[in-house]
Amino acid sequence: MIEFEINGRKVSVDADPQTPLLWAIRDEIGLTGTKFGCGIGMCGACTVHIDGQATRSCITAVGDIAGLKVTTIEGLDADANHPVQEAWRNLRVPQCGYCQSGQIMQAASLLQDTPNPTDQDIDDVMTGNLCRCMTYPRIRQAVREAATAMSGAQNQ
Amino acid sequence: MSNKLMSRLTTGASAPAAASAMTRRGFLVSMTATGVAFGFPRASHAAMNPVAADGLPVQPVGDTFEPTMWYWIDTDGQVNVNIIRAEMGQHVGTAIARILADELEVSWDKVHITHVDTDEKWGLMVTGGSWSIWQSWPVYRQAGAAGRTALIEAAAAQWGVDPATCTARDGVVTDGTNSITYGDLVAAGLDRSFTEEELQALTLKPHEELRLVGKDVTALDIENKTNGKAIYGLDAKVEGMVYGVPLLPPTRLGSSVTSVDDSGAKDVKGYLQTLTLEDPSGTVPGWVVVLGESLMAAKWASEAIAVEWAAGDTANVNEAQINDRSRALIADDTAGSILPTDNPDTTAAFEGAADVLEAEYSTQTVLHFQLEPVNATVFQNDEGMWEIHTGNQWQSLILPVLSEALEAPADKIVMRSYMLGGGFGRRLNGDYTVPAALASKALGGKPVKLVFFREDDAQFDSVRSPSIQKLRMAFGEGNAVTGMEHHAAAGWPTGVLAPGFMPKGVNDVPYDPFAIDGADHWYNVGAHKVRALENDLANATFRPGWLRSVGPGWTNFAVESFMDEAAHKVGTDPVEFRLQHLTAEGSNAGSAPNAVGGALRQAEVLRRVAEMSGYGTADLPADTAIGIATTFGQSRGMPTWTAGAVKLHVDRERGYVTVEKMWLAFDCGTVVDPDGALAQCQGAALWGLSMALHEGTMIEDGNVVDRNLGGYTPLRLIDTPELEIAFVESTEVPVGLGEPGTTVIAPAIANAIYNAVGARLRHLPIRPDDVLAALKA
Repeated sequence: MIEFEINGRKVSVDADPQTPLLWAIRDEIGLTGTKFGCGIGMCGACTVHIDGQATRSCITAVGDIAGLKVTTIEGLDADANHPVQEAWRNLRVPQCGYCQSGQIMQAASLLQDTPNPTDQDIDDVMTGNLCRCMTYPRIRQAVREAATAMSGAQNQ
Repeated sequence: MSNKLMSRLTTGASAPAAASAMTRRGFLVSMTATGVAFGFPRASHAAMNPVAADGLPVQPVGDTFEPTMWYWIDTDGQVNVNIIRAEMGQHVGTAIARILADELEVSWDKVHITHVDTDEKWGLMVTGGSWSIWQSWPVYRQAGAAGRTALIEAAAAQWGVDPATCTARDGVVTDGTNSITYGDLVAAGLDRSFTEEELQALTLKPHEELRLVGKDVTALDIENKTNGKAIYGLDAKVEGMVYGVPLLPPTRLGSSVTSVDDSGAKDVKGYLQTLTLEDPSGTVPGWVVVLGESLMAAKWASEAIAVEWAAGDTANVNEAQINDRSRALIADDTAGSILPTDNPDTTAAFEGAADVLEAEYSTQTVLHFQLEPVNATVFQNDEGMWEIHTGNQWQSLILPVLSEALEAPADKIVMRSYMLGGGFGRRLNGDYTVPAALASKALGGKPVKLVFFREDDAQFDSVRSPSIQKLRMAFGEGNAVTGMEHHAAAGWPTGVLAPGFMPKGVNDVPYDPFAIDGADHWYNVGAHKVRALENDLANATFRPGWLRSVGPGWTNFAVESFMDEAAHKVGTDPVEFRLQHLTAEGSNAGSAPNAVGGALRQAEVLRRVAEMSGYGTADLPADTAIGIATTFGQSRGMPTWTAGAVKLHVDRERGYVTVEKMWLAFDCGTVVDPDGALAQCQGAALWGLSMALHEGTMIEDGNVVDRNLGGYTPLRLIDTPELEIAFVESTEVPVGLGEPGTTVIAPAIANAIYNAVGARLRHLPIRPDDVLAALKA
């Protein structure tokens, strides 16, 4: 049994420790918002936070995260109203939506680490997340909008 | 393309069921001690309602009134609209429901949508070709008008007034004195249905009274795509399901299994068994499926299983051979199908030509790489129905194939509706459901979830075929264009998957419109011969696919590059040269209802994009230039007038092309969902950029070389330029927008590179080495 915390809840998973965290989250725990794209950590659809850091869950063994805190798209905000999610809705970023959980988790992590990112920061970080519908112009704009909203909230 | 034509396609696709008896021999190659619990699970989640976290359709309150099969209204005045199109990012359900709700005169907040499961009553179920809005527009408008008419009639009858004195708005009928809600009218009981003739005769609202169409809206599927609740095929869950992964044979067709040794997998915890599929439909010959209690158990077991195959004939085919075959076909004047252009006989024009221009263009194999790998979950339910849980774009095409594979009548098979993690045409070919169905069949109907890992998805892709095209132009006195020829050879998706659909050319030879559309352009060029050639080696090696914009993605690269080459040859500005030939003569004058205005509308978007981009007037740095291209989108039958301009910089030392900005102008008739339209055009244009500069693979040893992101490199955010997109205001018929934006970008890029540094690139994708080589040439 491998024990860890997911979205604030303690879970224990009976799986081979080498199982990618992605499949433990999706098939054992039953949270399917985190997606499978490439399986080699290069598309970003499987991005979750582990102890606050954006991590590709498809290349992270579940055995390696024992005792750590995992956050998925379902747990990013209790009301699904994280400023990044709000910006994503305002700008109507998603098309097919399949990559967007990963995009949002990546963007939330970016803004936590770099509250006032430059355009270059946004490009450099978000370029690791593939969007096959090519919603890139809106992703770029939404990250900027979320950054503004978050820094505004901090300054109040 | 009409629905009638489309149904011919499906008819053609349903070959007589193979009579071969199913044999269980070969299925149970190995069976572990793990017992297989045979039960009949209930259907699980599907994604019929993109607003609901459980995907379930909204339930009516009280009785419902169904003027047509496309929707109901309940006693609360809620409206539920049935959508037969797949949701894959176009927000199609929202747009279609808006069309209906507008005519029905209901408030948008009362409207729900249901992406329906397959049922014969829906007729042809397909989501592709950028057809959804165009095809739905007349149908859902009539359906909405039918409801409005019936409700007004019912209210008028209650009040004893003439229906002509009544109006409806926001779900309320009034005659100036009385008023009543739709919900109350439904509660009072309504029983009015409409014949096809009555529907046709209904008066539709004039354009200026449209209240939802053309207005801003947030699509219904957006929210659940930001919180992880949207349900895709890969999220399907069925009680008691086992997981499967395929082991793919060395060739797409013609391989057979000679031995399977799973002794290495016996120690993999959770490994269940290995199936060698017997496929009466012939869809997946030589396939092996490995089953496990978990996905990784199946995957790890599959890596430890040794399978030997007798490979099919195409095991050594490579892309160069396929292209050589295309060139041989083009060189053979007797080959191919000649399209019905106004004057396809170019003999005199070329024999009498003062000058002739010729060029060859080529494009490489392209993967769909839709981000959700193909997958399907299949089982037989307690009513004996085979349930196929998957995202799919063309249910009507694959159901007859599943019927053959399962040896079950079509009315015993249902496909449940899920969101698609990208379509782009990949899921028009539902072949990926067949091995899942065969695996479940082998287990007596037990649920099997078959998942393709990315490498398998790529290898099994129905790729965009490589293409070779030869273009010629004849010039007479004073450089006047007197004739043009376009010979295009490629694998034919429709030829392979739905041959009964192909129309015949003037020489009585069938052609795949999806592999030649675009070549039959709207320029008046004198005699115009368009010849489509089916590459049989490509068709034998892989399943050519419909990939976003299909043929127009390569034919227009050729046409629009060639128009620039011709313009430069005669010393005329390329935009001016195009305008000189968009003269709307003959069939290029266009016709109602879909192509009113013809080539004049194409000329207008071309002028518009030239103006937007500052083409010809902008003061640009060295090695930086703007290139232009224009197309009519997907087909002459449904022209979306499209023009694009690309500004880019060429690094002469390294061959790098940096796209700085792209402008697009569209005349798509009436715009139904403005922001959805914009999103489709943004995505389509960036797909055009991706296929022009960033992505492309090759066939080697019978398969695609690149199977994951290590070698396959679609456009990323960092290379995404600024976009500026404009729509011409119009009240004409709404035509498609999912693909047209793709068609102009590659030629605009090639033309811009020429304008920047004088190098002509005639192959896609354009890689830095190609630019350097062209600079040296």
